[in-house]
Amino acid sequence: MTTTATRPAAGARPRAAILAKTLRTDRWWASPLGIAIILAIFVIYSTVRIFMGKHYWVGEGHYLTPLYSPCVSKSCVPGSSHFGTPLPKFPFFIPLGALVFPIVAGFRVTCYYYRKAGYRSLWLSPQACAVREPHAKYTGETRFPLIFMNSHRYFFYLASLVLLINIYDAVLAFHGRDGGFGLGVGTLIICANVALLAGYTLSCHACRHVVGGRLKHFSKHPLRYRFWTFVSKLNGRHGTFAMASLLSVMITDAYIMAVSAQWITDLRIFN
Amino acid sequence: MTTNRIERHHYDVVVIGAGGAGLRAAIEARLAGKRTAIISKSLFGKAHTVMAEGGAAAAMGNVNSNDNWMVHFRDTMRGGKFLNNFRMAELHAKEAPERIWELETYGALFDRTKDGKISQRNFGGHEYPRLAHVGDRTGLELIRTLQQKIVSLQQEDKRQYGDYDARIRVFAETTITELILDGDRVAGAFGYRREDGEFLLFEAPAIVLATGGVGRSYKVTSNSWEYTGDGHALALRAGANLINMEFLQFHPTGMVWPPSVKGILVTESVRGDGGVLKNSEGKRFMFNYVPDVFRKQYAETEEEADRWYTDPDHNRRPPELLPRDEVARAINAEVKAGRGSPAGGVYLDVSTRMPAETIIKRLPSMHHQFKELADVDITKEAMEVGPTCHYVMGGVEVDPDTGATIGQVRGLFAAGEVSGGMHGSNRLGGNSLSDLLVFGKRAGEYAAAYADSLPARPKVSQALVDTAVDAALAPLSRDGENPYTLQQDLQAVMGDLVGIIRRRGELQDALVRLAELKERVAKVSASGGRRYNPGWHLALDLRNMLVVSECTAKAALEREESRGGHTREDFPAMDPNWRRLNLVTSLEGDEVLLSRKPVPEMRPELITLFDRVELSKYLTDEELAGFDALAEEASN
Amino acid sequence: MGTKRHFRVWRGDENGGDLQDYQVEVNEGEVVLDVIHRLQATQAPDLACRWNCKAGKCGSCSMEINGRPRLGCMTRMSTFEENETVTVTPLRTFPIVRDLVTDVEFNYVKARETPAFAPPADLEPGEYRMQQVDVERSQEFRKCIECFLCQNVCHVVRDHEENKRAFSGPRYFIRAAELDMHPLDAKGDRKEYAQAQQGLGYCNITKCCTEVCPEHIKITDNAIIPMKERVVDRRYDPIVKLGRRIFRRDQLEEQGTRPGPLLAQEPSHHAEPGADGVKWNRQVAQGQAAAVDENGRLPLSEFTFDRAAAPSPFGDDVTFPLPPDDLNYHHSNKWDT
Repeated sequence: MTTTATRPAAGARPRAAILAKTLRTDRWWASPLGIAIILAIFVIYSTVRIFMGKHYWVGEGHYLTPLYSPCVSKSCVPGSSHFGTPLPKFPFFIPLGALVFPIVAGFRVTCYYYRKAGYRSLWLSPQACAVREPHAKYTGETRFPLIFMNSHRYFFYLASLVLLINIYDAVLAFHGRDGGFGLGVGTLIICANVALLAGYTLSCHACRHVVGGRLKHFSKHPLRYRFWTFVSKLNGRHGTFAMASLLSVMITDAYIMAVSAQWITDLRIFN
Repeated sequence: MTTNRIERHHYDVVVIGAGGAGLRAAIEARLAGKRTAIISKSLFGKAHTVMAEGGAAAAMGNVNSNDNWMVHFRDTMRGGKFLNNFRMAELHAKEAPERIWELETYGALFDRTKDGKISQRNFGGHEYPRLAHVGDRTGLELIRTLQQKIVSLQQEDKRQYGDYDARIRVFAETTITELILDGDRVAGAFGYRREDGEFLLFEAPAIVLATGGVGRSYKVTSNSWEYTGDGHALALRAGANLINMEFLQFHPTGMVWPPSVKGILVTESVRGDGGVLKNSEGKRFMFNYVPDVFRKQYAETEEEADRWYTDPDHNRRPPELLPRDEVARAINAEVKAGRGSPAGGVYLDVSTRMPAETIIKRLPSMHHQFKELADVDITKEAMEVGPTCHYVMGGVEVDPDTGATIGQVRGLFAAGEVSGGMHGSNRLGGNSLSDLLVFGKRAGEYAAAYADSLPARPKVSQALVDTAVDAALAPLSRDGENPYTLQQDLQAVMGDLVGIIRRRGELQDALVRLAELKERVAKVSASGGRRYNPGWHLALDLRNMLVVSECTAKAALEREESRGGHTREDFPAMDPNWRRLNLVTSLEGDEVLLSRKPVPEMRPELITLFDRVELSKYLTDEELAGFDALAEEASN
Repeated sequence: MGTKRHFRVWRGDENGGDLQDYQVEVNEGEVVLDVIHRLQATQAPDLACRWNCKAGKCGSCSMEINGRPRLGCMTRMSTFEENETVTVTPLRTFPIVRDLVTDVEFNYVKARETPAFAPPADLEPGEYRMQQVDVERSQEFRKCIECFLCQNVCHVVRDHEENKRAFSGPRYFIRAAELDMHPLDAKGDRKEYAQAQQGLGYCNITKCCTEVCPEHIKITDNAIIPMKERVVDRRYDPIVKLGRRIFRRDQLEEQGTRPGPLLAQEPSHHAEPGADGVKWNRQVAQGQAAAVDENGRLPLSEFTFDRAAAPSPFGDDVTFPLPPDDLNYHHSNKWDT
């Protein structure tokens, strides 16, 4: 069968006449599909949880789920507000995490790793390398709304503050039943989550740029060069941190929900 | 869809070849204000220069301040076994640093020393660390830098004239098949464009040949398909001479396994950085092959050799760093003695000598290449290596200062591998990159000056163009032999009979077979059309490969001694009388003529740079007497 | 010792083509390019394919093997199953020349548009001093062998021909990054240039360029993203932007940053011969220059010339009328109707 050359656009010389969308023989669709499923699960789970408005605080171990931290509304359960309650009661349609959730979500959406994951899995632009994408037109991140992807830097600054809050929450989670020092499985989970979140935030490309990537002469800034080298190393695993921290947030929240709702009891290791 | 129409272009200087020498020549001609064309046989920037890994030798003295041009000159002459054109070696040693520094202003990024200068590394045959390098991809850096310099010149022209191509233009994937002469002057070049098979005619008073080497005539070679000796053959047919064609360099360490990558080079820096050669018995055999001339500079025990890597001032070098022909010969001897690897090579091992990270840091592309191509991890196992045809020392005979060819034609210049004389009978590693910069620049400069000096432009006669068209089209209309078969047959003849070790009988046999091949090549045919037809391109290249092979075989038969890149089993020793002679080949009609020509004598201030003991191994008694007289004169 | 393998190779030109089947011998340790060469030597002598070094150093033998952009010389046959069909096609982003050869001119056009290294004015050759840590980032990008696989795989131009005008592609983003990170480069506006002229904003960081790079250059992480961040420094930083507004710097800069020029040549060709037999896709030969005399002038006098009257301005080897096969234009005949 001889096919005539396809002309991709008016005025251009013809490319090789190959009609197939792709000639890849491997399972190129598996990875974007898997990521799409994970992202979808997370979106559904977090939406449900955010609007649930309960089971986010375990008084006994001082566990606060990251999805509701910091809780600063008068609607918050007593004890969960580590920073006081400067804000009035929220109506039911404003979730308690409304203050921080946009920051965290914005940080993830504009993240260079999630951009790759999202563009591939959700937007199919392209779904995999050397596979024809279904869109007729493409302008990338040159105009509204995708040009806002460039705001990642500012989300990074804000997300770093959120990370500090998360660390503070984790410190408070070392709370024993007698009010002194204590350690439960929940504490460990929260700490692991915070570690992954820290890894994810620090390994971010914007962070890499800010600590040293913007310099022209490393030799004149040895300290910043060392920071940059360190962040560059972490940056190599940015994708792993991104996915792992996504899962760990879900697991942490699910655990706290389960303990808070008394479906399970928190296993105490010490006090 | 192609026609016999000919696209005509007018230029002041046409540079054939877009490797390092060609690009450097073109830059120089353009800087001299000439309209310049660059003809590239493949895409722009794909030249064979990218294969050079080790570095570019230049006595900048950045790492060891004892280095200077005189030491470099001495090393070059010693490496070439004193057969070099001394003037070329002198110019090369003197001008190489400037040419390297110039590259930095074009944007090159060499590896650096601690104080921010260009770092230099050790290499076989060089007394001091001398090779400016970038990891092990120096050739790529060089070609990219020159390529980008040309782009920047084009951008200048664009600003000035509104056209990128106003004064320098690259004709990619274009092959020149014939030079057009007007009497004894170059008038133009005729060729075809691969993409559509259309013919092109470049009318130009000055042409620079920078077409590289001839390795494609050999079975095992590191050279790409382009290396078919086009420049050599064009020069011959235009009336210029070739010299030293018997000297071919076989790189001692090319990959011999797996078969598909046979011939790919393992850079010498593997040995410079600590790699050792072992035979199948696991013995480090190079200690047995140190020739007397080098005995003084090389270690005698493994312990001393190993100390050299960390303390080169107080220990002698390991014998793995002997000039490449010595290493190639040693490997050949080991394999012939039955101590080779299963694939007919020996083992080159770095894995047991350095930690894996060091190997990856120092030899990144080597590691990468082996991993990707052969699935061999050089940090874990030894490589299997053997001699590979790599470089031709011989080439177009040129005037040392101007690069103008010597012979019956004017307006023709040559630089780089296609020119001969600079490297004598053997080239030192790293000298080729600096050679092509130094003489590329000179050829460009003097080609521009020659074009200026002409009172009138030579004329292209239509009759000669018509002949060239007919010759180019002939294989397409003939019904003869497949060019691929012919190429294989030619490679077999050259590889088996005119290879690394040569004998009289075999060489005579080779000449008979080459004559047979000549008749078959005259009847070669190519199926298909003119549009990007590799069969047709090969059919046209075969003619060049054949005539150059004949020159090599004739000269190899004539030179009855062993020296550098020419080893005769029936004359294993070096003969001082032969050192005084260059073999020159030229073409008369279809016939290759061979003549002898004395090697130019070194100027007194140059020859006195050498030790008498060293000279005594190369020079005749008569010459030594002359040297003694000079020395005496100097001491009085 | 060799086994017969099934290959499908795309053969054709701009008029069309298809995948042709070949049974070809494959030996141990061979790569796809070896097999292509065997096809040339035995079954298809005119099979067009670019190659040079056969060692993964020159980047000539770019092709698509089982749909993935690869170097033919770097794809070992042992990576395929014994009974697997191997499909080889040309790069799909560039215009086809013939068989596996495409016209990669796009890349050279973009290369010419990228501003070259600007040497510092106050340093002579030999006076350059740079620290290794400062050159290392740029050195990574200079490893590029210009195989153009990244340019080929990038969906911005692969799937959208119209973006070729505004988008330079990963290869030239690493070039821009290389120069921006060069310790001695004297040009300060490379970031602005990358954004405004090279179309850096088109990239949506899907990382296919990094995936296909045979030199394993981290194109996205080390060049494109840092460049994007540097652009953010300049363009999207609200404080800097406000400062510029106040000092009216932005207007000065906008002048120099308009969309990139058109490709040098984008003749509007049709793929097939039209109804009138004109081959629209034929490449037009360059204008011919006439033969000149030794003073470089057209011989105008019959006395000094070998024929009566003036020579043809199209050269001697062209006769009129040209055969219709050679034409790629067609008179519109608008008066006919």
